[in-house]
Amino acid sequence: MDLNDTPELADYRARVRAWLEEHKHEAPASRGDDDASVAARRAWQRRLAEDRLAAVTWPAEYGGAGLGPLQQVVVNQEIGRAGVPGIFDIIGVGMLGPTLIAHGSEDQKQRFLGPMLTADEVWCQLFSEPAAGSDLAGVQTRARRQEDGSWRLSGQKVWTTNAQHAAFGLLLARTNPDVPKHKGLTMFVVPMDADGVAVRPLRQISGEAHFNEVFLDDVRLEPGSEVGPVDGGWGVGLTTLMFERVTIGLGGEGFGWRADRFAHALLDDEACTRDPETRHRFGAIATEFLALRFTGYRMLTSLQRGQIPGAEGALAKVTTIRAAIAAGDLICDVLGPAGLSDKRFGELVSDMPGLKSAGGTEEILRNMVGERVLGLPPEPRLDKGIPFSELRAKEREAVA
Amino acid sequence: MNFALSDEQEFLKEAARGTLARVKTVAAAREALDGAALPDLWPAAVEAGWPGLLVSDANGGAELSALEAMIVFEELGRVLASVPLLGHLPATFLLDRGGPAEVVAALAAGAERAAYVPARPPTDLGEGWTVEPRIGITRAPAPSFADGRVTGTVSWVPDAPGADHLAVVLDDGRAALVAAADATIEPATVYDVTRSLGHVELDGAPATPLDLGERDTASAWYIAQALIGAEAIGAIEVALEVSVAYAKERHTFGRAIGSYQAVKHELVEMLRGLDNARSLMYYAGWAAQDKPDEFALAASALRLAAGKALDHAARTQISVHGGIGATWEHDAPLYFRRAQLARRLLGGTAGAADRVAGELLTAARAEAA
Repeated sequence: MDLNDTPELADYRARVRAWLEEHKHEAPASRGDDDASVAARRAWQRRLAEDRLAAVTWPAEYGGAGLGPLQQVVVNQEIGRAGVPGIFDIIGVGMLGPTLIAHGSEDQKQRFLGPMLTADEVWCQLFSEPAAGSDLAGVQTRARRQEDGSWRLSGQKVWTTNAQHAAFGLLLARTNPDVPKHKGLTMFVVPMDADGVAVRPLRQISGEAHFNEVFLDDVRLEPGSEVGPVDGGWGVGLTTLMFERVTIGLGGEGFGWRADRFAHALLDDEACTRDPETRHRFGAIATEFLALRFTGYRMLTSLQRGQIPGAEGALAKVTTIRAAIAAGDLICDVLGPAGLSDKRFGELVSDMPGLKSAGGTEEILRNMVGERVLGLPPEPRLDKGIPFSELRAKEREAVA
Repeated sequence: MNFALSDEQEFLKEAARGTLARVKTVAAAREALDGAALPDLWPAAVEAGWPGLLVSDANGGAELSALEAMIVFEELGRVLASVPLLGHLPATFLLDRGGPAEVVAALAAGAERAAYVPARPPTDLGEGWTVEPRIGITRAPAPSFADGRVTGTVSWVPDAPGADHLAVVLDDGRAALVAAADATIEPATVYDVTRSLGHVELDGAPATPLDLGERDTASAWYIAQALIGAEAIGAIEVALEVSVAYAKERHTFGRAIGSYQAVKHELVEMLRGLDNARSLMYYAGWAAQDKPDEFALAASALRLAAGKALDHAARTQISVHGGIGATWEHDAPLYFRRAQLARRLLGGTAGAADRVAGELLTAARAEAA
């Protein structure tokens, strides 16, 4: 067991720390979503990218630092320590860029990766739909190829972070409904300013709108907009989801939910720190957060050894949400009604019911871990081998 | 950064599994419910070098760390092996630091056995060094030392019956060595027959003060917490393996029960508990060596997480197996008994939760000041 840096890593850390010390006055003060804050956050990402601190694990030829996950974690830790925001477009740089690097054409890489990295062009992920979340392969957004090789796109996407700021989206659409559903999907690059694209914010319990709905009405896509093979979009999407797990895994305590932070909140009423029930609840919650921190180090050790993070990481997400729900509940019991509107914790309470379903619902994650890690048999499925176009009829038949 | 077991630690784990595989310990645990004697595993433990695990090289021990002791305990927990190390190892930790060299050498070699007579360190709420009561939850002051003699009562002491020496933690946070022959030890094994327990009565027993301070006696408590947590991890692992295997082969309504989400999700919850506890075991092992200020927090978190997870795992193992899981035909009740007693010993999982809170609140108060 060794959590210390190797001499090389310590040296890297020292350089990152010195850089941040020198440049942190350039960092934006606000992490808000208003236009001025977003502009400042994009400028800060550009600054980080210029000195190769934005995409640490991307190959150098695309503007990354060409380093490993450990160096990425060091950068995340040092950014946290300096008290400055990280990059603005985590979804683009963390998940969509790596997908393009893995599956995109050389032209696409040359065209898109540079501006993505500097946040001159922000990206969004257009996968989920109102009727396709856990069962993502059921997307109904339809792309039809035209005679000139261009595409026509119609449908609706949802839960789209940053759609209002995005220049491009990576979109999963159905290109062939007459084959089983995983086999008729294709991944596309969609310009968000194209005719027929409409973005509408979705407000959540807290009143904030962290997500959008995106409507696509007969949007024209240039020939060559597809990423990876036509009808091979499912494999491309799996790559994105793998990078999503890595990004969340390496982000670790990036949400700022740490046992010690909640301890400070309890001190608001010193009497409650002597209350046995409060102490018991807090001890249990803090234990889950501690387990998460050290599970993160175990995952990192695997990554460092070149192992691809598996379904186990899904359990970390389940624990994170459960512990955060319990923590918000406890803090508000201690602070009383005022806690619900407290800037520090009110959002925690309000955001959790939705976050339970984000990045995979708890139920679907438990299925995945049960089947892939424990080797338990899947539930019987009605959609195996059935062409997508016949599924609706099949579903109705099953209900009748 | 390398947060995994080393090759040597993996080897120690394999070797421990091999040693324990020579005896059918789970079958013996079942027979012991009907009064049969448990097999004596001490010679095997001596051969494996476990009694001297925490003793320094100079005193004839292996000079390994708490993590290696936890690795052995995980293996003991898997097969419910009854080896009196929960009492012996924390005692040797104390005696190695401040006891007579000849006694320590005999303990390291396994020629003699010691039992740790525990006292819980003071909390942030101002309680002193306290011990388990025989009944109820009101803790009593630890034994006191005066004029070369120790007086006091400590209940539910692991591995006290059959010990040669007692390492007694005192009400002032120091410790003293008492010959077991000078104490009254009433066997108190209950419910989980693989766990040897005794009530220790010291009535002016001649004692040698140990040359050590509160930091060491506190560490002994947290080592015991960590060991009981590690032992639970092993038991969860087996409960999960057995339950998953059964959920794959048992069919209802034409399909394996493990395909139903209601069953699958509970099995995944067992895995989640196991995985979290294992991360905390590594944390405790790392803290013992590299971050001693966090050892109290880490060991208490491990104790709590593992104790709760074993409780859930033992119950789930029974429900996954249906009615048969609640009978003596199956091993599940043995693991259930292990879970129920273990979580109530040495301050209990509730005490560990309180300690986690206390450690973090203390740190927060210091930062706020």
